[in-house]
Amino acid sequence: MNRLGLSLRLLRRNWAAGESRVLLAALFIAVASVTTVGFFADRVRSALDRQANELLGGDLVVIADQPLAAGFLEAAAKQGLGVAQTRTFPSMVSNGDAVNLAEIKAATDGFPLRGRIRLTDAPGAPEREVDGGPKPGAVWIGIPLVGRLKLQVGDTLAVGRAKLTVAALISREPDSVLDYFGIAPRVLMNAADVDATGLLQVGSRVTYRLLVKGEPDAVARFRAEVTPMLARGQRVEGVRDARSEVRSSLERAQRFLGLASLLSVVLASVAVALAARRFSQRQTDAAAMMRCLGASQADIFAINAWQFVILGVIGCALGTLAGYGAQAVLATWLTGFFQVALPLPGATPALQGAVIGFVLLLGFTLPPLLRLRNASTLRVLRRDLAPAEPLSVVAFLLGLSALSALIIWQAGDVKLGAITIAGFAIAMAVAAILGYGLIVLASRLRGAAPGPWRYGLANLRRRTGGSLVQIMALGLGIMAMVLLTVVRSDLIAKWQQSMPADMPNRFAINMQTDQLPEIRRFFAEQNLATPDLYPMIRGRLVAINDKKVSGADYKEERAKRLVEREFNLSYTDKPRPDNRIVAGTFWKERSGKPQFSVEEGIAKTLNIQIGDSLTYEVAGSRFTAPVTSFRKVDWDSFKANFFVIANPELMESYPASWITSFRLDRGREEVVSALVQKFPNVSVIDLSAIMEQVVRVTDQVSRAVEFVFLFAIAAGLVVLFAAITTTQDERVFEGAILRTLGASSAQLTAMQLAEFLAIGLLSGTIAAAGSVGLAMVLSDKVLGIPYEFNATVPLVGLFAGAIGVALAGLLGTRRVVSSPPLPTIRAVT
Amino acid sequence: MGQEVRPAAIVRAAGLTKQVATPDHTLVIVRDANLAVQAGEAVAILGASGSGKSTLLGLLAGLDVPSSGKVWIDGEDLFALDEDGRARLRGRMVGFVFQSFQLLPALTALENVMLPLELAGGRDAKARASRVLEEVGLGDRLGHYPRQLSGGEQQRVAVARAFVTEPKLLFADEPTGNLDSVTGDHVIELLFRMNRERGTTLVLVTHDEHLAARCGRRIRIVSGVVQE
Repeated sequence: MNRLGLSLRLLRRNWAAGESRVLLAALFIAVASVTTVGFFADRVRSALDRQANELLGGDLVVIADQPLAAGFLEAAAKQGLGVAQTRTFPSMVSNGDAVNLAEIKAATDGFPLRGRIRLTDAPGAPEREVDGGPKPGAVWIGIPLVGRLKLQVGDTLAVGRAKLTVAALISREPDSVLDYFGIAPRVLMNAADVDATGLLQVGSRVTYRLLVKGEPDAVARFRAEVTPMLARGQRVEGVRDARSEVRSSLERAQRFLGLASLLSVVLASVAVALAARRFSQRQTDAAAMMRCLGASQADIFAINAWQFVILGVIGCALGTLAGYGAQAVLATWLTGFFQVALPLPGATPALQGAVIGFVLLLGFTLPPLLRLRNASTLRVLRRDLAPAEPLSVVAFLLGLSALSALIIWQAGDVKLGAITIAGFAIAMAVAAILGYGLIVLASRLRGAAPGPWRYGLANLRRRTGGSLVQIMALGLGIMAMVLLTVVRSDLIAKWQQSMPADMPNRFAINMQTDQLPEIRRFFAEQNLATPDLYPMIRGRLVAINDKKVSGADYKEERAKRLVEREFNLSYTDKPRPDNRIVAGTFWKERSGKPQFSVEEGIAKTLNIQIGDSLTYEVAGSRFTAPVTSFRKVDWDSFKANFFVIANPELMESYPASWITSFRLDRGREEVVSALVQKFPNVSVIDLSAIMEQVVRVTDQVSRAVEFVFLFAIAAGLVVLFAAITTTQDERVFEGAILRTLGASSAQLTAMQLAEFLAIGLLSGTIAAAGSVGLAMVLSDKVLGIPYEFNATVPLVGLFAGAIGVALAGLLGTRRVVSSPPLPTIRAVT
Repeated sequence: MGQEVRPAAIVRAAGLTKQVATPDHTLVIVRDANLAVQAGEAVAILGASGSGKSTLLGLLAGLDVPSSGKVWIDGEDLFALDEDGRARLRGRMVGFVFQSFQLLPALTALENVMLPLELAGGRDAKARASRVLEEVGLGDRLGHYPRQLSGGEQQRVAVARAFVTEPKLLFADEPTGNLDSVTGDHVIELLFRMNRERGTTLVLVTHDEHLAARCGRRIRIVSGVVQE
């Protein structure tokens, strides 16, 4: 027997009969939605990364305190990356008699690789963005130098022995975050002029940076290649390494997108499972007949398996193509909206789509297929034998485990995946128990129910297994949809709210202890809120539990850097309301015992436990104290925060400078000049560039997520359709019988409505409970946003369930009412 | 053919034709059928497989719509009514027994028999249904579901369901087709007995000459053409 040929012929016949179309449609939409999400998320992710990379001036930067070996440049050239180099060093600059310390950056042509520098001709004058940096012979200077050196555009600035023309004033550098705590004003010059200054001698304090840009894969290869070449004092940074705010914002964005594609996987699989179940139910007769005609079990299996494989190939291919097309449309819509061109998607999502399509198809079709092999030949002789009982949830174990693996894969995050699986599993278990109980209860009550309800409830009970599957599938579908619509907008709104309008956008640093009263007065005079002032002491971590620490003790890049650099330490006598204690207990005021509180992330990175003792070196002296609590810090808040804080007993006696953050609205920039004039030692850092970036990322992600969620909702609708069609044949048939017994359209509709409403209410209940529970866990554990109960969520779930299922059900079975009974009875038998 | 139809006929068909379009040609299943059945008659429609006898029966009962022609039941023009009107008419006047029983699997025997009464808005549905089920010998099977009953028992439930509304007219499509001969004979006995007792008009489709011989009148159908 040519099984493949036979399968093809059977598939063609089945196609005409309509069975395989539903399965193909489910598969198509499954793969299409997953790949759309995949392709699109991939592009958005790279776009977001690239946009964030503007904050670095490139995609990746190698930072060193010595000139970099030629190997780094060769590696970049090998990967085809664009490069630029900068040297940054402090030096005095002058205009006649006026002298000021400046942070000089000498950049090669091409700098910055990402983002643009914003220039102006005079403080307060219109700003413009330009590509590249200053030409040889010219300098661009930071605005504070205008006042301090009495300079204006066109004047000459002496940098060492070189005389350079001030060509423009810098109002913003894309990569200013790198010099976050740079105190002196910026002077940006062309690298070609450095030798003429004569400033760089052996032993000069220079920071060398090599910036690269290129395709993400090439950048990643570059990073992998140069990492082993790094010597002491050299490091590689991406934007995530550089700024905690941007990192947490990007990571949250990725979780949102992950969540979206995850839910489409779940929904898609439910649709595939339902369609596969119906397909094999309808094949039972054919299988029994073929067995009678001499087909072996292996033949039956192979013939049906081939049909599934062919369907799978077609479904995956079409789905992937559609997914690619859909994301292209999406990308076009969003072009104006992203600041950078969307990079082309990689091939991974296509592969992912195909794998998901096949895993789902086989996971959910194999169990019914195996049953099909055992189709009883008796069925041919006795048509009245009940068809094989619909598969129980247990038989779907293969599919469910395949699905779990896919969820984790798709989530790209074991925690998110596990929480989702657990959430759905618990919801399903509760749903199954609840659903079963309700079905039994309803059937007990059916004697007392009015006509149509009795029939509807009786049907529910007869197909207890099938009804349960239907209720759970619908419950799952509705739950996901509620989660996607109501909960999503809820979560996004809350996320956006977590960046309040009065968020600080300036840091003032280097304030001295004796200036604090005057500074407070200054803020009051300027009608600004009294600033929270925090002491800051620089110290190096030298030992944990009396064991000396060094970068070599840690594998992780971030950890190495943390122990090699100086920490900004702080002290306080009471906990800050915006820092949450997550482990241990915070000290009481004046407890008398020296102790530390550590930010939980860094504790994890450095492997610090509660009770460990830390030894710090500050200004040549060392002190040791135990860690008594871990804090969770909201890095998005743009407030001054510290990885490690101590109680005053421990650190009060050390010389501290003070730091604060405050909000300055547009148009009040003169406050900064006034502050700096009054307190010349104070430096003010403008954070608005980073903040705008974070706000933009948040905004874009919410928009992107909304688009991506549309597809998941489409998948939800397919589930609804597939669930309704699983029992459509029976309904249409029974409707025809009822017609012969004299049932009117109104009676038929009422009966259908009764059953669908019952199913809808049951699945709505499950969806309502499930979405509240899952939203709670997701917002708290995954997205890190406190959960607030929103009564619309369960209500929407319940009513969307009842009304949606009833409408979809009636629509799906309208043939019952509209056609004469005999042809229907004949068609089905 | 060409016979004079009397106005007292409970079922009358005139020029009844049913054709379906296939990809290559139009297939005529019933061609220009004219017949009349008087109240209280027992009529067998005989014909080979595929002769169109079941289609004719379906048209007479208003379960299908003809391509042309008319059917009157108790003087009422069936196809002047809409689907709902025909259903109401059936509920009031017509019982139907199918070859493969067609009980509703979700309902017990009793509930299956109660159904037509409930659909018609009858009051003491339960009592009446139980009585008829006892009459067909299934008084002890009221709470059984169809899948718990044998083929013969299922068909007896179907007979009870057909008679419970006291219809003037009973259509039966190969009522013994799915039963062994002994069981089939029992069902036939039952059908004729209840028909006699209630004075119901019986129109049944069969290819069984032996069964047809028990009917007062036989109509043959060959390739869609009615011959008497």
